[in-house]
Amino acid sequence: MHAIVAIKQVPDTSNVRINPETGTLIREGVPAIINPYDAHAVELAVRLKRQFGGKVTVITMGPPKASEALVECAEQGADRGILISDRKFSAADTLATSYVLARTIEALMAEGPVDLLLFGKQAIDGDTAQVGPGVATRLGLPLISYAVGVESFDPIARTGVVHRRTERGIEVLQTTLPALLTVEKEIAAIERAPLADVIRAAQYTPEVWSASEPVAFDVAKIGIKGSPTIVGKAYTPPPKKAGAAVKVAEKGVASTVTEALAKVRAAGVVKI
Amino acid sequence: MSDTKRIWVLIEQEEGKAHPVSWELLGAAQRLAAELPGAVVEGVLLGDGVEGIAAEAYRYGATKVYLIDDPVLNVYRNAPYAYGIANLVKKYMPEIFLVGATTLGRDLASAIATRVATGLTADCTELAIDPDKHILAATRPTFGGNLMATILCKTQRPQMATVRPRVLPSPTPAETGAGELVREPLGMTEADVAVKLLKVIPTDSGEQVDIEYADVIVAGGRGLGAPEGFKLLEELAELLGGVVGASRAVVDAGWINVSRQIGQTGKTVRPKLFIAAGISGAIQHRVGITGSDFILAINSDPNAPIFSVADYGIVGDLYEVLPELINQIKAQRAGHGAAEVAHA
Repeated sequence: MHAIVAIKQVPDTSNVRINPETGTLIREGVPAIINPYDAHAVELAVRLKRQFGGKVTVITMGPPKASEALVECAEQGADRGILISDRKFSAADTLATSYVLARTIEALMAEGPVDLLLFGKQAIDGDTAQVGPGVATRLGLPLISYAVGVESFDPIARTGVVHRRTERGIEVLQTTLPALLTVEKEIAAIERAPLADVIRAAQYTPEVWSASEPVAFDVAKIGIKGSPTIVGKAYTPPPKKAGAAVKVAEKGVASTVTEALAKVRAAGVVKI
Repeated sequence: MSDTKRIWVLIEQEEGKAHPVSWELLGAAQRLAAELPGAVVEGVLLGDGVEGIAAEAYRYGATKVYLIDDPVLNVYRNAPYAYGIANLVKKYMPEIFLVGATTLGRDLASAIATRVATGLTADCTELAIDPDKHILAATRPTFGGNLMATILCKTQRPQMATVRPRVLPSPTPAETGAGELVREPLGMTEADVAVKLLKVIPTDSGEQVDIEYADVIVAGGRGLGAPEGFKLLEELAELLGGVVGASRAVVDAGWINVSRQIGQTGKTVRPKLFIAAGISGAIQHRVGITGSDFILAINSDPNAPIFSVADYGIVGDLYEVLPELINQIKAQRAGHGAAEVAHA
């Protein structure tokens, strides 16, 4: 069984702050983490490897620093990490990113059969959820997005049954393999890594692929050239003017609530 | 070359029922068309026996609906839907294509954009026509809502964007409407589709909430202290004919089903009244509630960021405030309450 997981190193957006004077993001001191959904994708791959034998390859496109994330995946039990890193890739939008990841996966498929491609459902910095479906489309592979569980997986018969969350409920889908899944966190709870994997990871250096080697990417399809979208402008959302806040400690609960209800009624939004 | 600029909207349907985000997008498309000379608003509809939905789309402003009606499209699956729509795009070359940022829409739009190699902006909160360049300016929150970015797609067409349900107002449909139906073949058979839907396990009826379209939402966060706190919220929500919502923290903690989650990674809501109880109000939550008409926040921490977006705030213990709120509303309904006095 060979599973490939595509991950992204992201700033921990729950710690992102805005400089109130310049209106720009303060990136200093914001820890870089593995995109949380991706970590669960790695966990699923490692579990399947333990069950069926085989290997897990983790790929990421990013700056040299993103190599750290691949080492963390090795701790989690991944066998091989590939950092796709080149200045030529910078400013890639989702179309250019899916091109690079799809070509990388094709190169790995040329080395030997692949059963499963796993992506987090979205990255917490961009929140687009577009790269996984884009890669599946480029490779012409079945896509199951928002996967929450693997009911069955048979690398011999090359089929799987996957649960997918939608607004109306859980869809139970059968697919041929290889297939591409984008996963929610409940796909696999992250367990403490075995010591052997942690020790091995400490010695592990991920491979680095450039824009020209070992895969020669089409320069018209990568980075800013390969990206149809550009950021016109970026700004911090204007704050809404806050209404009054009253303290129960000062007025007592009964009159505070009475006053609040009067405000709601005065606004005329609902009959209350 | 024709000067007609087609603004397309995906008329999303499941089980023969149109998703209301489709009408919100038709409303947005008409506003864009007013700024773009030569623009027409048209719908795209796929399914199995769904022709009737086209008439609804006309009432919401579509002048034409492109329909692919085929048994293969009976349930949504990415590959046949994306294939069919990508072929429509290649044939008719729309200028702009708007899709709802639902589970279905996000899954589908990225596959279409990849097939036709164009730009797609996810989860937009604002759409406009750039007055100088005459192109779509699609604004979206990024970095967990900390930053707004306006995205342009300069040369590739169509310019695609997904918009979350309830971010844009729902237009009022015309009493009658007429338009042109253009039928196109799918060009794919069931044997071509690798993914088969075996069954759908419906969400528990107790958890089946239409939170995005609720008029009143009573939402709870970590300040509830324990999952049992939601009972109090349910009581208040029931009294107001509303539904219970939640912050991400308590969903992650397993206190309540994810279908209730509001915010950047949950749902966007725009109720008439939003009551936030024990929700600190991280930016990721706030971006999901700013479309509410009135926000009443209750939190024991006077510095909680939720107060920055509240129309009215109560600093106090929610276990003191909510029972009093329930009592006063009940008393008012009974026709003899202190609230009545305050109102006079």
